[in-house]
Amino acid sequence: MITLNNVSVTFEGKETSIKAVENVQLTIEKGDVFGIVGYSGAGKSTLVRTINLLQRPSEGSVIVSDQDLLSLKPKQLRAARKKIGMIFQHFNLMGSRTIAENVAYPLRKSGLTKSQIKEKVAELLQLVGLTDKSSAYPSQLSGGQKQRVAIARSLANDPEVLLCDEATSALDPKTTLSILELLKELNKKLALTIVIITHEMQVVKEICNKVAVMENGHVVEEGDLVSIFTEPKERITKEFINTSTHVDQALENILKHPTLLDLQTNDVLANISYVGASTSDPLIATLTTRFGVTTNILFGNVEILQETPVGNLIVILSGEPGRRDNALAYLNSKNVKVTLIHHHQQVIPLKKEHYIV
Amino acid sequence: MTEFLTTYFENVIPLKDEIIESTLQTLYMVTVTGLIAGILGLILGVILVVTDRGGILERPRVYGLLDQIVNLFRSLPFIIMMALVVPFTRFLVDTSIGTTAAIVPLVIGTVPFFARQIQNALLEVDPGVIEAAQSMGSSPLEIIFRVYLKEGLTAIIRVSSVTIINLIGLTAMAGAIGGGGLGNLAISRGYNRFQNDVTLVATVIILLIVFISQFIGNALVKKTSH
Repeated sequence: MITLNNVSVTFEGKETSIKAVENVQLTIEKGDVFGIVGYSGAGKSTLVRTINLLQRPSEGSVIVSDQDLLSLKPKQLRAARKKIGMIFQHFNLMGSRTIAENVAYPLRKSGLTKSQIKEKVAELLQLVGLTDKSSAYPSQLSGGQKQRVAIARSLANDPEVLLCDEATSALDPKTTLSILELLKELNKKLALTIVIITHEMQVVKEICNKVAVMENGHVVEEGDLVSIFTEPKERITKEFINTSTHVDQALENILKHPTLLDLQTNDVLANISYVGASTSDPLIATLTTRFGVTTNILFGNVEILQETPVGNLIVILSGEPGRRDNALAYLNSKNVKVTLIHHHQQVIPLKKEHYIV
Repeated sequence: MTEFLTTYFENVIPLKDEIIESTLQTLYMVTVTGLIAGILGLILGVILVVTDRGGILERPRVYGLLDQIVNLFRSLPFIIMMALVVPFTRFLVDTSIGTTAAIVPLVIGTVPFFARQIQNALLEVDPGVIEAAQSMGSSPLEIIFRVYLKEGLTAIIRVSSVTIINLIGLTAMAGAIGGGGLGNLAISRGYNRFQNDVTLVATVIILLIVFISQFIGNALVKKTSH
């Protein structure tokens, strides 16, 4: 659906030039909800703008729906853009037009008659749940409603792709969720391919099936949501995941509070993480009954990613070393990843991850 | 009443016709100049915005040239420019004296001012909205007419009313080259012949015209802003 081939964007200044995007290679399939995460200045907004050539790449090529956008003449490019919807952080509605007129804006010269346009606008407003606001002006709407209007407007020409540039970053958490719900629904109902730029991992977790992580103009890691969440490789990816699962924060708190962390001779602090089916087995109970290892849960977190449960537990495992090893081997056999964090009288450095697996 | 007028405005009554004629001349100059300079200034202002760096038809050289020309004409004192453009005026309207002849320097004096005002008005249009229009496949012409001029309408009306008031001030100076109008009346009668009552009447009429244009401008601004 969308292929970015070795795309680079360089901004030439008077003395220095800034590489905002460097050698990015991405493929986004039809029907994907593709998240691109990164901190401010990572180049994600620049990257998404190359998909409809609002930003022309300095190098590389952009293929959308089998069309090489860079080879198109201005008029052809405008026609191609009509099939690539885009919504923005600040909505960018026209203040001098009513909601209905805003949605009708892209429909001029689309070959529809006046009454057809009216019908289409009504349909789109119904789709985003704003039928009653059609004659209001944008200034009379809340942020969430404005974004809904923007979505309706971006869908006017029945695009195949929707680009979302920080579309929920100016909204409160509840409104964010409702907008994401709407996008999810559109993805299913219209088979719309969605590209989402965000700095909030929460957004990605909620809606995306694939993720790319950007840093300093590069895509450093890419993959489907569950594998990125369960097996992050890059430091920055882990950071992003931690911002949404709070495991690191919890661990820090635990390590800071000696009352929580009163380790005895046969105790070990560990992080247990598991994906999918293994969540349904009564693992913790098995550890006690079969191996005589008791488990004290200090922190727990379960995420449902793309219908797949992903869990994280911080526990103290108590038992003789031999039993503990057996227990760990058992967990391992169940595809549960155990990371030892803290032995009695011995701290295992957190940075150098120590996997039993 | 008549007694009051003849006592304090002794020179005004006999000049009644001349005052009316001067008022009409001023209105004529303001209207005709306003229309011509309005259109030219609007076009120039739009060109400045779209050719500027980051504009939808970015042409740094064109912008640089126009920018310099506008600056040049804006730095010329109007009274000197009237004298300066005499040959051009004569070429255009076959005379350099009179109300119609005054319109040439008035237009030249107003266009750069108005163009700059339009440029500032259009720069107030949210760049995000322009970007959104581009993302929807709008052509540059569409963006100018359906986004810039529509979204910037309130600001355009506001700067237009500023420009008209500025223009009324310039027409008063046009009296210096025989352009007629209320400015001429105030100088030739009031100043040169010490008929202060005439000056006062000319002032009041000018102020009235200014107030009325301001009032219309404000009403339109109110009507177009949402």
